Amino acid sequence: MSTLAAPKPTKPWAARPKDRVRDGLLLLTALFASYGFVALTPMKGKLAYFATFFFFYALFTSGYQFYSRGSASAKDAAVNSIVLIGAALTILPIGSILWTVIQKGAPGISFGLFTNDMALATPTDPLSSGGLLHAITGTITLIILSLIMSVPIGILTALYLTEIKGSLTRPIRFLVQAMSGVPSIVAGLFILSAVLYPITKGYSGFMGALALTILMIPTIARTSEEVLNLIPNELREAGTALGGTQWRTVTMIVLPAARSGLTTAVILGVARIAGETAPILLLTGGGDRVNPNAFSGPIGSLPYYIWKSFNAGSPEAITRAWAGLLVLLALILLLFTCARFLSARKIAR
Amino acid sequence: METRVKPTSLAYVANARTIGTRAFGTGLETRGIHAWFGKHHVLSDINLDFAAGTVTALIGPSGCGKSTFIRTINRMHEFIPRAAMAGEVLLDGRDVYSRGTDVTKIRLQIGMVFQKPNPFPSMTIGENVLSGLKLAQLKVPNKDDLLEECLVSAGLWNEVKDRLNAHGGSLSGGQQQRLCIARALAVRPRVLLMDEPCSSLDPGSTLRIEETIRHLSETMTIIVVTHNMQQAARVSDYTAFFLSDGGPGQMIEVAPTNEIFSRPRDQRTENYVTGRFG
Repeated sequence: MSTLAAPKPTKPWAARPKDRVRDGLLLLTALFASYGFVALTPMKGKLAYFATFFFFYALFTSGYQFYSRGSASAKDAAVNSIVLIGAALTILPIGSILWTVIQKGAPGISFGLFTNDMALATPTDPLSSGGLLHAITGTITLIILSLIMSVPIGILTALYLTEIKGSLTRPIRFLVQAMSGVPSIVAGLFILSAVLYPITKGYSGFMGALALTILMIPTIARTSEEVLNLIPNELREAGTALGGTQWRTVTMIVLPAARSGLTTAVILGVARIAGETAPILLLTGGGDRVNPNAFSGPIGSLPYYIWKSFNAGSPEAITRAWAGLLVLLALILLLFTCARFLSARKIAR
Repeated sequence: METRVKPTSLAYVANARTIGTRAFGTGLETRGIHAWFGKHHVLSDINLDFAAGTVTALIGPSGCGKSTFIRTINRMHEFIPRAAMAGEVLLDGRDVYSRGTDVTKIRLQIGMVFQKPNPFPSMTIGENVLSGLKLAQLKVPNKDDLLEECLVSAGLWNEVKDRLNAHGGSLSGGQQQRLCIARALAVRPRVLLMDEPCSSLDPGSTLRIEETIRHLSETMTIIVVTHNMQQAARVSDYTAFFLSDGGPGQMIEVAPTNEIFSRPRDQRTENYVTGRFG
C-alpha cells in the first residue's frame, strides 16, 4: 500500500464559481444598460438592442479588466469582445435563414412530395397533389453530370499548376482566377449561344450541366491547387528517389496524401453550383415530369421549382417553394456529410 | 541475430573490416562533378571513388555542397529549378547521365534516405516498406518475406511486427527514419545515399541507425553525409572532407577514416576535425 496519495488533478487556470458570477453580472449589466439606452434614446428596434448590448458588453468587460489588471488586459478583453461580435454576426444570419426556411418549409413537407412530380399538378393546386420528385432527381442529375465533367478537369488543372509547372502555369493560373469570378448568367448565356442554339436546339439537363461545369472548374482547380501546394515536397522527392516516375509518384503518394483536401475542393465546387439558378432557367427548360434522360428534353431542378412556385404566387405555391428550399438545403447537407464521411473513412482506415 | 558493432576507438574502426574487398560490382565513381544553381557555382570538381561494400562519410560545414553532391549521384539534383551540373557519375563504368539512360532505373539502384523522416502519410507501415515496388511496378514472389527482411535489416522489425497495418505517422521520429531506410532497401539498391539521416534524431535512435548502417554495408555501398564527426568515425571506412571558402564547395581531402581523424594531410581538415575550425 502506498502511503503517498496521488495528487488530485485540478485546473488552476479554469474559471471559479466566483468568476462565473462576475462574468454573469457583467453580462446582465450590459443587458440592462442596452435596455436603458434604447428606452431613453430615440434608437429603437431589435438591431439597436443588439448593437448597444455588444457595445456595452465590450465596454464593461474591458473597463473591469482595466480596473483590476491594467490597460494591456483591458485591450485584450476589448478585442475578445470584438471577436465575439464578429462570430455572432456570422452565425446570426445563417441561423436566421435556417430557422425561416424550416419554419416556412416544414408545413409543405409530406411523403407525397418525394414520390410525385408535377406532371399532373400545378403549383397552385392543394399541397396534397403533386410533388418535387422531378426537381430532386433533376438537381441530382445536374450535380452528377457536372461532377463527372468538372472534377477531372479541375484536378488535372491543379496538377498542371503544382506538379508539372510548365511554361503555361502563370497564364493558366490567372485565367482560372479570372474564371472564378464569372457571373453564372454569363456561363448560361455562353452555353445558350455557343451550344444550345447552334447545335442541340433543345433544352436538356446536359446543357445546364455544361454551364454549371464552367462555374465549378475554377473552384475545384483553385482549391485543389492550394491543397496540393501544402503537400510537402519531401514526399515527392521520396517517391521519385524510390524509382517512381512522376505519374506514379503523383497517383500513389501526392493525391492520396491530399485526399481529404481534394474532397473539400469537390464539396466547395458542389456548393458553388447546387443552388445556381440563372443558367438553369436559361438552359434546362424546367420540365414538370421526371426526366431520366439528361441529354434530351426539359429537366426539372429544385432552384427552377422554387422560382416557378414563387412566381405562381398563391399561398399553396409559396409553401411549395419554401418546402423546395428546405429540401434543397437538406440535399446539400446530405451530400456534404457523405463526402466528409467517405474521405474521413479512407484516411483513417 | 544482428551483429552489434560497438566501436570504442578510432583504431577499432580501421581494424574492424577489410576495406572494399567484397566483390559485388565495381562500385561508384564520380568524375569532375560540378554543380550550379542558376549562376551560383556551388560545387567544384569532385572526384571520388566509392568501392563496393564500403561506407564513406562526407563531412564539412553547412553549405559546402555535400548534400548537393549526393543528389547529383542519383539524379535528384535535376529536380531543383535552375539546377545545372557537369561531370560524370559512373555506376559499373556507365555514366548515369548518359543519353538514353532510364533515370528511374538509376534511382532503383541508388537509393536515398533523406534528412527528415518522410514516411508516406496515406500508407500503413507495411505499405510504406513495399511502396518502392509499387512505385516502380516491380513484381516480387513473396512480399511478406521481403517486408520482414527489410524491416529486420533496418532494425525495426521487433518494434513494428505486430502493427504493420498501423500508419507510418504513428511511429516515433527514429522509428520513422528506420522505416524510411527499410523502404529504401525494399527495391534492393546497390548504393544507398544518406543525407544527414540522424540529424533530427535522439542519441538512442542515432545509435540504432548507425548499427543499421554497419550491418547494411556488408551488402551495399553506403555514402552518408553527416555533421557529427563522432558518427563519421564510428560508421565509415572512408571520410571525405568538403569545404567552401566562399566560392564553390570543394573536396579537400579523402582518406581512410582513421587517417582523417588521426593524421590529416591538410591543415584545414585538421582544424575542422579537431574543432578549431576557422
